[in-house]
Amino acid sequence: MAAERPIRLRTEFLSAYFNGNTAVRHVTLGFPVNSVTAIIGPSGCGKSTYLRCLNRMHELSEGAAISGRVLLDEHDIYAPEVNPVELRRRVGMVFQRPTPFPTMSIFDNVAAGLRVNGGQKRRDVAALVERALQRAGLWDEVQDRLQKSALALSGGQQQRLCVARAIAPEPEVLLLDEPTASLDPAGTVRIEDLVQDLSQEFTVVIVTHNLQQAARVSEYTAFFYLGELIEYGLTEEMFTNPNDPRTDAYITGRFG
Amino acid sequence: MPGQFRRRLVSRIMTAATVLAAVLAVVPLLLIFGDLVAKGVSSVNWDFFVNSPAAPGEPGGGVANAIVGTLIIVGLGALAGLPVGIGAGIYLAEYGTNRFSWIVRFVADVLNGTPSIVVGIFAWTWMVKPMGHFSALAGGVALALLMIPMVTRTTEEMVRLVPHSLTEAALALGYSRWRTSLGIAVRTAWPGIMTGALVAVARIAGETAPLLFTALGNLNFRLDILQPMQTLSLQIYVYATGPFEEWHRLAWGAALVLMALVLVFGLAARYATRARFSHGR
Repeated sequence: MAAERPIRLRTEFLSAYFNGNTAVRHVTLGFPVNSVTAIIGPSGCGKSTYLRCLNRMHELSEGAAISGRVLLDEHDIYAPEVNPVELRRRVGMVFQRPTPFPTMSIFDNVAAGLRVNGGQKRRDVAALVERALQRAGLWDEVQDRLQKSALALSGGQQQRLCVARAIAPEPEVLLLDEPTASLDPAGTVRIEDLVQDLSQEFTVVIVTHNLQQAARVSEYTAFFYLGELIEYGLTEEMFTNPNDPRTDAYITGRFG
Repeated sequence: MPGQFRRRLVSRIMTAATVLAAVLAVVPLLLIFGDLVAKGVSSVNWDFFVNSPAAPGEPGGGVANAIVGTLIIVGLGALAGLPVGIGAGIYLAEYGTNRFSWIVRFVADVLNGTPSIVVGIFAWTWMVKPMGHFSALAGGVALALLMIPMVTRTTEEMVRLVPHSLTEAALALGYSRWRTSLGIAVRTAWPGIMTGALVAVARIAGETAPLLFTALGNLNFRLDILQPMQTLSLQIYVYATGPFEEWHRLAWGAALVLMALVLVFGLAARYATRARFSHGR
C-alpha cells in the first residue's frame, strides 16, 4: 500500500467515549502529507466522532473521553503540555452546515482566524484574506463586496467562505465533516473540486456518507463500521476490490 | 363536501378570534395614549420644560426638575444595573451548569417577582437609614436592584439562542473559550441583549413605589445625587393625588412627557445598537 509517504497525522488505538459508551474503538490510521483521505461508513459508525478527536473538539462535549494517541508530526496532541486552542490553529475544520459569523463581514470572517493568532500586521491580513479567498475559489465572486454581510452569500458560497476561513491561518491538516451535506449539486461540485486543489498544500481528511464523493475526491479511503475501522487503503482498490465482506456490502449499497 | 365546509368555517372563526384578540390588545394602549395626548398636550409648552413647579395653588410651573431627575436616577440605575445584569446573564448562559448558577437563576426569578415597593424598603433600610436622609443615589440603587434580575434573565436567553454551531466553529478556528463567548456568542446576541436592557430601562423609568422612600421627590431643581430628587413618576403621583386643578393638568402633562421620553430613548437606543447587517444587504 502507500506506507512510503510521510505521515502528517496518525492515530494509535484511538477510542472515543460518550458517558462511558464507546463511539470509536481502537482505530489505528495514518494520513499522508498532501493527500485526501475519505472516511466513509453508515450513520452512527463513529466517523464524525473520530474526526473530532483529531482537533480535540470531541472533548468539548459533555461526558466525552478518549484513550489511545493522536500524533501530529509525531507529537502527541493529547500530551499535557499541548494547548488545545493552539492545536486547533494547526488543524482546521469545516462543518456540515456553513457557519459564517453573522456579525462579521465577508472579509472579517476570513480574517477571524488570523486575528485570533495575533502578530499579523494589518496589510498582511488583507493579503492573506485575499489569498485564502483565491484558494477557496471565492475571490472573483466576493472581491467587490468584502465589507458586506456573509449571510448574503448563497449556501455554497458560505461553505467556500468557511473553507477560506479555515485555511487562512495555514493549518497543516484540514478536517471536513460532510462539507457538502447541505449543498445543492452545483455547490457540491465546487467543493469537491476545491478539496482536490487543497490537497496540494494541506493534508485533508473528509468525512462523507456519499460514496461517489469519496471515490471522486479521495486518494485513500477508510471504512468505519460500528465504531471500528474495518478497512483502509487506496480508494481505487477499495472501491473495485474490497477485502472485507462488510466493505463490499456497504459500497455495493446492501446496507447503510 | 361537508368536511371541507366545516374545516373552512373553523379556520375563519379561529382567524377572526385571533384578529379580535390583537385588536383588544392594541385598543387600550391607543386609548391610554390618546387620553394622555388629549389631556396633557395643553400643559406642554416651553415653560413646562424649563420651569420647576410653582408654589402650591399658583398657576404655571413645569417639570424641568422632574425630567432631569428622571434622567439622573434612571441613569444611575442603568449604570449600576446593566453591567451587573448583562455580566451575570453572560455567565449563566456560558458557564451556567453548576450549582451556583442554579442558585443565581433561582434568586433572579424570585427577585423578578418581588413587588417593587419591597425593593424600595430594602434600599431605604440599607441606604437611606444609614445615610440619615433621602437621596437620588438610594433611588438609583433601588432601580438597579429591580433591573438586575430582568436584564440577567433576558441576557441569558439571548446568548443561549446563538446557535451552538457558531461557537463550535469559533473554537475549531482556535478561539479561546472567553474569546468565543465574548467575540462570537455575546456579539451575535448583542442586539437582543440591548433590546432586553431597553425594556428594563423603560420599565424602571416609570417606577414610582421604590422611589417614594428613597429619592422622595423634590419640588426644586437639584443635581446633587446625595439629596432628595424629583422624578416624573413621583411628580405624577404627587400632582395627580393633590387637591389643585392646576396640578391635575400638570400631572397629565408630566405623564405625556414620561411616555414620550421612554419612546424617544427606546428608538434612539435601538437605532444605535441595530444589527450591523440587516438581512440580505
